[in-house]
Amino acid sequence: MAVKEQNYSGCQLTWLVLLRVAIGWHFLYEGIIKIINPSWTSLAYLMDSKGFMAGFFTTLAENDGVLKIVDFCNEWGLFLIGLGLVLGIFTKLSAYAGILLVSLYYLSHPPFLGIEFAFPTEGNYLIVDKNLVEILALAVTIVFPTGRIIGLDRFFRINK
Amino acid sequence: MADDQNNTTENKGSDKGGLKVGRRDILKGLATVPIAGALAYGVLRKARLDRLKALKSVANELGLNTDPIVGLPLTDPDSKTINLGLIGYGIRGKQLAQALGFAHPTMVDDMISGVSYTPVDMFRKQENLNIRITAVCDIFDTYGRMARETGANVNREGSDGSLGAELPTRYRTYQELCAAPEVDAVIIAAPDHWHGPMTMEAARNGKHVYCEKPLTWTVEETYEVRKVVKESGVVFQLGHQGRQTDNYIKAKEAYEKGIVGRVNLIEVTTNRNSGNGAWVYPIHEDASEETIDWEQFIGPAPWHDFSLERFFRWRCWWDYSTGLSGDLLTHEYDALNQILDLGIPSSAVSSGGVYFFKDGRTVPDVLTTQFEYPNRNLSFMYSATLASSMDRGKKIMGHDGYMDIGRSLQIFADQNSTKYAEKIQNGEIDTAEPIYIFTPGLAGGVDGISSATADYFAARGLLTTVRNGLEVDTTHLHLKEWIDCVRTNKVPSCNIDEAFEEAMTAHMGTLAYRNNRQIFWDAANEEIII
Repeated sequence: MAVKEQNYSGCQLTWLVLLRVAIGWHFLYEGIIKIINPSWTSLAYLMDSKGFMAGFFTTLAENDGVLKIVDFCNEWGLFLIGLGLVLGIFTKLSAYAGILLVSLYYLSHPPFLGIEFAFPTEGNYLIVDKNLVEILALAVTIVFPTGRIIGLDRFFRINK
Repeated sequence: MADDQNNTTENKGSDKGGLKVGRRDILKGLATVPIAGALAYGVLRKARLDRLKALKSVANELGLNTDPIVGLPLTDPDSKTINLGLIGYGIRGKQLAQALGFAHPTMVDDMISGVSYTPVDMFRKQENLNIRITAVCDIFDTYGRMARETGANVNREGSDGSLGAELPTRYRTYQELCAAPEVDAVIIAAPDHWHGPMTMEAARNGKHVYCEKPLTWTVEETYEVRKVVKESGVVFQLGHQGRQTDNYIKAKEAYEKGIVGRVNLIEVTTNRNSGNGAWVYPIHEDASEETIDWEQFIGPAPWHDFSLERFFRWRCWWDYSTGLSGDLLTHEYDALNQILDLGIPSSAVSSGGVYFFKDGRTVPDVLTTQFEYPNRNLSFMYSATLASSMDRGKKIMGHDGYMDIGRSLQIFADQNSTKYAEKIQNGEIDTAEPIYIFTPGLAGGVDGISSATADYFAARGLLTTVRNGLEVDTTHLHLKEWIDCVRTNKVPSCNIDEAFEEAMTAHMGTLAYRNNRQIFWDAANEEIII
């Protein structure tokens, strides 16, 4: 169960807010970079999918219309989730959406034994990769929410 | 944040007192807004840097872009329908028919079931060129029957569908087909020793010709074929579909803009490693002396008793084939002739042998050939093996840079370049990274996650993948160019002059190997000197 927000010590709150804002920054920047590059597409990433859900992801990529929708949702999803986490607005909803989105990345490129990707990775991963860590970190921000203390969600609480 | 507990108390107080938002609330509520601002500032800085980098890129400075190649306009459905005759319905004949939009129902079945490399959607969406197949000729009865059914399958359906058109006439000889009034143009996909005679027969009958490579089997007939084609005025295209490859078109542009400086060495290769790749083609179960017109197969070749191996695997014998030189070196040569406008080399040396496929063949399965172009100050090196599939691409080496052409085109600056010395010195050019990269279908530099990943993908050519089932088949484009030229009476890209250069160059490579000595080209008299 979520801890009551007002019970955090100053130190706890500081690190929780930093964690939330850092994840938000990561999402937001990824989203903006994709939005401002008109030729960006997830085609390559999806086509490189491996593992038990690879068929689903490559099907998305093979249809031009579907791919456009996927690209749009990904770009603006990243942007809005990032903005939500940084500003602390709809913080919990943003975190849930973030978990959903990153889970899709994780499932399309699962770091399981025996799977090799064309996409270069900058580290070595077995089951746990940075996507999974980010998913878990987002889960932490859900059970230790901070948006209503430091963030625009504070105004919703006050107005209730 | 340290006074959060005070804050909570304060808020409780304010709820009771009806005061909704305090100064502290505003501070805390908006505390992270400056962070979003910092990020926005970072994005703006990055965008400016990227713009600057793009403007300063060498390729950009020299006017080389990654815009997609503009293709030929779609065929006008109201244009004149061209009637085609197919001569030869073996492996290549089937591929050409498919690239024209005609496949045998059983081949469509294979596409549907996934046995075929071509997805059925890709085939069905291929542009309709407004052509009809009105005549076919194959000396093997089964192929002759299949060719008719293929020509009639305008519906592009499988065995459970309907063909949609009348069966074309099957002629027993190519001469009869070439004389047939219902034929405007012919596609020649017969063995090498028939290319010359069939092309001439068609041209003399006023039929336009699309002929598979190489143009000829012997040196002597090469002159005659060129003469007959030119005199007849028919539209001739040699089957080097590489002419339609976006990479080569961009490479030519880059070469002409001097991006790699003075080219002094070219290295091209063939690597295959399978029975099929080494011309050990399957022998059809229906094939026999009763179903094959053996005498017609032999034609100008030396007599040999009936042999199924020789009929289906003719590429393995000089009696019918031009070997690696005619079959595969020509593809490499034609690509380079397209990019650098090389013409016929001054000399050739070759060596190699039958080193892997000890199956009685006379043509080598490992071959190296070197052509000299002293007038261009460059050497052209070709090496081939049919027993190793290491992919080596095409390399064009110049003093200022080099090109590596695989499924994508990559251009690097040379670390000792004169032209780029200053830019390399001040860090504007990193010689470890390509200064230009182009992958067909990836125009505009489609990004995966970052530009580095996109470059990586482009280098591996991984992105030339299916998009809505519309991967471009270069053979289709090459045939389309020829048919468009037939309609408009224009000259296609791989015309008879290019074909003459291709054939003579291939013959020089073969003669050097077979005579085990250097072979020269006398340009003034257009003669090969052994």
